[in-house]
Amino acid sequence: MDLSAINPLVLITTLMIAATPILLAALGELVVEKSGVLNLGVEGMMITGAICGFAIAVETGNPAIGMLAAMVGGAMLSLIFAFLTQILLANQVATGLALTLFGLGLSSLLGQGYVGVKPPSTPKIEIPLLADLPIVGPVLFQHDMVVYFSIFMVVVIWATLKYSRLGLVLRAVGESHDAAHALGYKVVRIRIMAIMFGGAMAGLGGAYLSLVRVPQWVDGMTAGAGWIALAIVVFASWRAGRVLLGAYLFGGVTILQLNLQAAGVNLPVEYLSMSPYLITILVLVIMSAKGGRAALGAPAALGRVFHASS
Amino acid sequence: MIHLEKRAEPSKTWTAFTPVLAVILTMIAGGLMFAALGKDPFEALRTIFYDPLFSEQFSAYSRPQLLVKAGPLILIAIGLSLGFRAGIWNIGAEGQYIIGAICGAAVGLALYPSQSWLIYPVMILAGAFGGWAWAMIPAILKTRFNTNEILVSLLLVYVAEQLLASMALSTLRNPEGNGFPGSRNLSQHWATSNPELISGTGMHIGVLFGFIAVIMAYIMLNKHMLGFQIRLTGESPRAAQFAGVNPTRLILICLGTSGALAGLAGLFEVSGPAGQVSIDFNVGYGFTAIIVAFLGRLHPVGILLAGLLMALTYIGGELAQFMLGLPGASIQAFQGMLLFFLLGVDVLTNFRIRIGHGGKK
Repeated sequence: MDLSAINPLVLITTLMIAATPILLAALGELVVEKSGVLNLGVEGMMITGAICGFAIAVETGNPAIGMLAAMVGGAMLSLIFAFLTQILLANQVATGLALTLFGLGLSSLLGQGYVGVKPPSTPKIEIPLLADLPIVGPVLFQHDMVVYFSIFMVVVIWATLKYSRLGLVLRAVGESHDAAHALGYKVVRIRIMAIMFGGAMAGLGGAYLSLVRVPQWVDGMTAGAGWIALAIVVFASWRAGRVLLGAYLFGGVTILQLNLQAAGVNLPVEYLSMSPYLITILVLVIMSAKGGRAALGAPAALGRVFHASS
Repeated sequence: MIHLEKRAEPSKTWTAFTPVLAVILTMIAGGLMFAALGKDPFEALRTIFYDPLFSEQFSAYSRPQLLVKAGPLILIAIGLSLGFRAGIWNIGAEGQYIIGAICGAAVGLALYPSQSWLIYPVMILAGAFGGWAWAMIPAILKTRFNTNEILVSLLLVYVAEQLLASMALSTLRNPEGNGFPGSRNLSQHWATSNPELISGTGMHIGVLFGFIAVIMAYIMLNKHMLGFQIRLTGESPRAAQFAGVNPTRLILICLGTSGALAGLAGLFEVSGPAGQVSIDFNVGYGFTAIIVAFLGRLHPVGILLAGLLMALTYIGGELAQFMLGLPGASIQAFQGMLLFFLLGVDVLTNFRIRIGHGGKK
């Protein structure tokens, strides 16, 4: 075993890359849940985004167009969820599961011609001046645009939820849809917009996996990332800043176990590979042991069906 | 303007008819999907739904497969339906299925090459225990710490898959297997095999257990106090509280039962149709069973029929893959679509559709 081969600076850089897909998906789901909707289809939207982004990036040769296509793909898929749960008032848990099962099948169908294909590489953007700083520069300021975008979105979502009128309305809908409805807000319309935003973010997260993190197309490649994103929203107590913390913590565990595998730690590879899932469960337990949903900060109307005329 | 009016209670007619409607809609949408893939939609649907049962060429092979595939689906779905009725979401049946198979197989392999007839019953117990124990993790975390059982049970599927890989590659690997991954073949050794009971039917012990589970679930839901408590909790948690239902007990029972049944399904599969513990002996029955449970309206008899239909899509899908070159993934998408349509048309069960402004407050 040679632990000295693990370079902490490289570790932080790769950690940010590993965390970005989950961060994006979890941020999207945060907004969806803040509006009072529980979408368990994150995994399905991520994998659909992964193949949409991959296919379009390969066909056009432009990863940026691929990423946009992934957002559209994720949002389109989430629209099915929105229609079923908001218009036809279907059960959100079951519909979210259906979205995941369908997304896994659909992506594998779409991805048949893309197995083993190499995607165009996504350029790194060095931020002028900051990138030249010693140590900090290469670690924090020499990433691709999606990493910057994900951090930018943490700030945007935090500020929007906390300070803007839009955020206030969204939270009102999520806390008490009947009160929001009585005040004249279009509950269903707001929720559908939130669901589509969540779909787009999950789609982008998926595309980041297939275009940058891996980078190739493999069936079922999200391997539970969508579910971990859902868990991170709970861990974060529905706060944007803590979502960042949770995602990077998870990214750290993933990268560390990969490095330990490479360093040849005396533990079977399979046990190292299951560690991210076990740690996610552990974190969930610690968070939920603190108290009920209210103590955690969950939106009060989360998962409840809204029917205006009742 | 179209709007929905809540029914005082769910329509009985629509409860029975919506699954049929959903299947028809899925066939239409699936036909469109097959057409988009450049296949003749009618031929594809015939190959999936008709040929496995009635074509002279294939039915001799396909018909027994129907029970082989439906057995585990029904067994798992029956267990899941109990929890789903009470609002307890075990979506990690795939993991419980894997652990059940590992535990049961481990017993059989540990006693190899003994020929005692006692081995198989002990394997069955071990399989049920494995699935039960794996389901107890989310159950206890839920009752003790109020941790979300959906996320925990699902995340444990990935843990179980890694555990399976480790078992197939090292712990349970066949010592006489020339270094190939995978355990000894359980189905080729008399004492550890789950054979076809009546030749040419596909009927094995697991299918029998599936049928027994249907009957037991039916009796329990309709005649037993526990069944009443499950239904009451699902329909009105507050009323259940006043009626003295112990939610902790209900969570432990529902998750435990579904885990044990999924574990059993895993054991019967690994000692029968699959034959050995290998990295990928599990083919997603634990997830498809979720669709089966909903398609069967969480009703035991419905689940029996839904399990057979879902098994048909598996077999027909394989046939279509072989005959028409239809991608295997399209069947998975087809099954997912079915669940969408089912959940969508369910609106007819609980709401009346009104056109115009009549009745709107």
